[in-house]
Amino acid sequence: MKFGVVVFPGSNCDRDMQDALQQDLEQEVVMLWHKDTGLPGFGTDDCIVLPGGFSYGDYLRCGAIARFSPIMQSVTRFANEGGKVLGVCNGFQVLCESHLLPGALLRNANQQFISKNVWLRGVGDNGRALKIPIAHGEGRYYADEKTLDELGANNQVIYRYCDENGTIGGAANPNGSLRDIAGICNKTRNVFGMMPHPERACSDALGNIDGRLILRTLFIDAYEPSVSRKAGLVNQ
Amino acid sequence: MEITVKTAEQLRLTAEEFGLIQEKLGRTPNFTELCAFSAMWSEHCSYKNSIRWLKTLPREGKKMLVKAGEENAGLMDIGDGHGVVFKIESHNHPSAIEPFQGAATGVGGIHRDIFTMGARPIASLNSLRFGNIKEAKTQHLLSGVVHGIGHYGNCFGVPTVAGEIYFEECYHTNPLVNAMSVGVLKNGETISATAKGKGNPVIFVGSATGKDGIGGASFASANITGESTKELPAVQVGDPFQEKKLLEACLEVIHTGAVVGMQDMGAAGIICSTAEMSAKGEVGMRIDLDRVPARQENMKAWELLLSESQERMLMVVQKGREAEVVSIFEKWDLPAAAIGEVTDDGLLKFYMNGELEAVIPAHELVLGGGAPQYERPFSEPAYFKKVDAFDAAQVAVPDDLRAVAEQLIALPNIASKRWVAVQYDSTVGAANTSTNEPSDAAVVLAKGTGGKAGAEKALAVTTDCNSRYVFADPYTGAMIAVAEAARNIVCSGGQPLGVTNCLNFGNPYDPEVYYQFVHAIKGMGDACRKFDTPVTGGNVSFYNQSPDGAVYPTPTIGMVGLLDNVHHKMTLDFKEEGDVIFLLGNSYDDLGSSEYLHKIKKVEFSPAPHFNIEEEYGLQQMVAGLIGKKLIRSAHDVSEGGLFVTLAESAFPRGFGFDVVATEKAIRKDAYWFGEAQSRVVVSVAASRVEEFKNVVNGFPVAYLGLVTDGEFVVDGMNWGMVEAWKEKYDRSLESHMARLVDADACGLTQI
Repeated sequence: MKFGVVVFPGSNCDRDMQDALQQDLEQEVVMLWHKDTGLPGFGTDDCIVLPGGFSYGDYLRCGAIARFSPIMQSVTRFANEGGKVLGVCNGFQVLCESHLLPGALLRNANQQFISKNVWLRGVGDNGRALKIPIAHGEGRYYADEKTLDELGANNQVIYRYCDENGTIGGAANPNGSLRDIAGICNKTRNVFGMMPHPERACSDALGNIDGRLILRTLFIDAYEPSVSRKAGLVNQ
Repeated sequence: MEITVKTAEQLRLTAEEFGLIQEKLGRTPNFTELCAFSAMWSEHCSYKNSIRWLKTLPREGKKMLVKAGEENAGLMDIGDGHGVVFKIESHNHPSAIEPFQGAATGVGGIHRDIFTMGARPIASLNSLRFGNIKEAKTQHLLSGVVHGIGHYGNCFGVPTVAGEIYFEECYHTNPLVNAMSVGVLKNGETISATAKGKGNPVIFVGSATGKDGIGGASFASANITGESTKELPAVQVGDPFQEKKLLEACLEVIHTGAVVGMQDMGAAGIICSTAEMSAKGEVGMRIDLDRVPARQENMKAWELLLSESQERMLMVVQKGREAEVVSIFEKWDLPAAAIGEVTDDGLLKFYMNGELEAVIPAHELVLGGGAPQYERPFSEPAYFKKVDAFDAAQVAVPDDLRAVAEQLIALPNIASKRWVAVQYDSTVGAANTSTNEPSDAAVVLAKGTGGKAGAEKALAVTTDCNSRYVFADPYTGAMIAVAEAARNIVCSGGQPLGVTNCLNFGNPYDPEVYYQFVHAIKGMGDACRKFDTPVTGGNVSFYNQSPDGAVYPTPTIGMVGLLDNVHHKMTLDFKEEGDVIFLLGNSYDDLGSSEYLHKIKKVEFSPAPHFNIEEEYGLQQMVAGLIGKKLIRSAHDVSEGGLFVTLAESAFPRGFGFDVVATEKAIRKDAYWFGEAQSRVVVSVAASRVEEFKNVVNGFPVAYLGLVTDGEFVVDGMNWGMVEAWKEKYDRSLESHMARLVDADACGLTQI
């Protein structure tokens, strides 16, 4: 499989994602430009990544303009055909704006930008909390009750905020996300979105490689059918 | 309109300067020309009251790849064909009036200085000073400045990795906002801010020009008064999204090889960039101002020349390659327009719709050319007598040291700056190693500059200045600022490379303020020579003065150090129960200018703390040696709050305690635990390595303090409670002050 990382004007985690995938996880990566009108060479085994940043300046509403970019028309088609898509931070916002994922990301409950390490439970955690940084002003996941219930029932919540010991919710929820949601996937389990930045936790030199577990479990190991079954998605 | 001395004075030029302009031009300037001189000869652009003394600083070194002050920022060699570019700059005056935009554009401006040289910024730092945190005005300023820095930096995508914040009454009206940027480049891919080659096109790129920020340079060169809010149009408005595109486009354009020279448009906009680039290349330019993309109609020539609209660059490119360059800016959806060409007569000629509006020899406008240079008189400040009169014997040693320590740990200058730090993206770039493993200076990976993944080169970066020390003794205080910066880098495992300085002072026409300036420069120079850290450039900000007086003299030091391999990094946190804690360096019976003396004992005037540069140098050599031999597990220097606060800060990250005893019985207890005598570092050593450690430090002043424990703070045999309770006080102090602001804001009650 290979990864395609989309560069929007205002993307600022595109290079970090490229480095994490290429250098730390030894994956093939192709950089894609927002004005591109197709995804030649990408098949359903591959993954398109929408990185963090402030696409098109995030004026109006985060991700609202990126939704209309030429590349997003191709990404939407690609996702509907079963191709894998990951959106991190601003990428998650773009996926919600594009209706590839349900719900919306609102201004943090404390009305401030928050940059710090948080702890997560979910896919690939092997029973312990994963330490991953967040850095966002609009990361409070919101959806109506019915949607939230469906996400739970369908096992679509891939990450929830927890404390260092793995206890979900309470003060460990940094931004007021409903049901402590940090990341979700769609019903068909090929589109993934999360606010925390796994690509910032992949290098030994940074003293934290929990991000590798996330990217590996969601995509790289999942590509091996035998591993995929074992990994499963954890319902909290 | 008739141009007279009065017109010149309204534009903040003096009568003598007006005479000098007439002499240089051989005629009376027209209004547009006078505006150009007003901006270029302002303190901000010309350094007219500081340059004579700045030239005494050590400005040369083996590793310097450009001469100090020659380019937009300093450039030093980090080996393997790569260089580090860094600079610090003030945005004090705009931030005093409009904290959000003032701080945001300060960040934008300093990043432009870095990427205009062809470097990609990898780290941001800032040094901030405000008045009393309990004042609503301070809370408003702090909140706005932090929001502005965060907004711009987070969006632009460069991590804010380190900084400092001080609260002192003297900054009530004049807050200081100093922003630093650090970038890396490949040697040989540097772009100079020089115009060359007759006939080469001059290209304007970036945001369209509006009327914002007109006169900003001269605004920054005056005291702040009640009238200053009327100068709001002199504050610029920033757009980090434009700047991000400009960064990527400029770095891409440089790779074409078609760029002859480039300079960002900051203070004094088009006039400054055209004048400085031309003067440096000993050429002239013909500029058609009507071809400058404008966001307002009917802008006048002088407005276009002086506008400080943000996110703009001036570029000279090889004739015939314009299309190639413009196509890259089009790719990034940025306006780019040829607005003129390079000439060989040394004259700047500005046209508007074919009409000649101004003709000025470029070199007459710039520093090192026609701009005036002044020698200012100075005299010893009268308050020095009060400093000299300090008598420690008049200060009673408190009975309850623990109660004092609890107050101390929550003082705004000492307590955690978490409320601020979480608002800055510190992990973008995936290069800041100090998020997970804290160190005295932030250690940032210099990706792609040699060394394989995981063993890369890294830069240790810090800003430092305790201005109360400088106030007490400008010479020693400035030396301490340099020494502390170097100490922070050494304690992080780095080798200090070079300095950028941001010199924030009051009105230079006040002889006592000028005395502070002159002596701070002397101290800085001596210290930089000792540590072999040349001053690569920086910025002077005078007129940080209100009717209440001048701010403390604040010569902020930005220092960059190198780690050849990121694995050589040293961290500040205790690692394991049972590790042995030592204090390297001498202890002194000294309370001078400490937070304890000033904030708790309320002593306004006292000498700078003990400092001896040879002692300091020896200490740093010792620490570097111990790190090299891998004999210590943590290193944290003693600074504000003294030894106790240093121990607490080493204990906090992993939730350890300590059991320590004062070793020098002759020293008063408050001085021992809370005094701020310089040149001391707390280290921890694995019990199994203590013998080896002792052999290495044999003959060096070192004291055995005690042990790392599982969570209690035990001082001189007294149990002072659990680490969690101390950390809570330390972490929550600033938040508790600011929480009140947030509540008040929500109710619309904030008073400014």
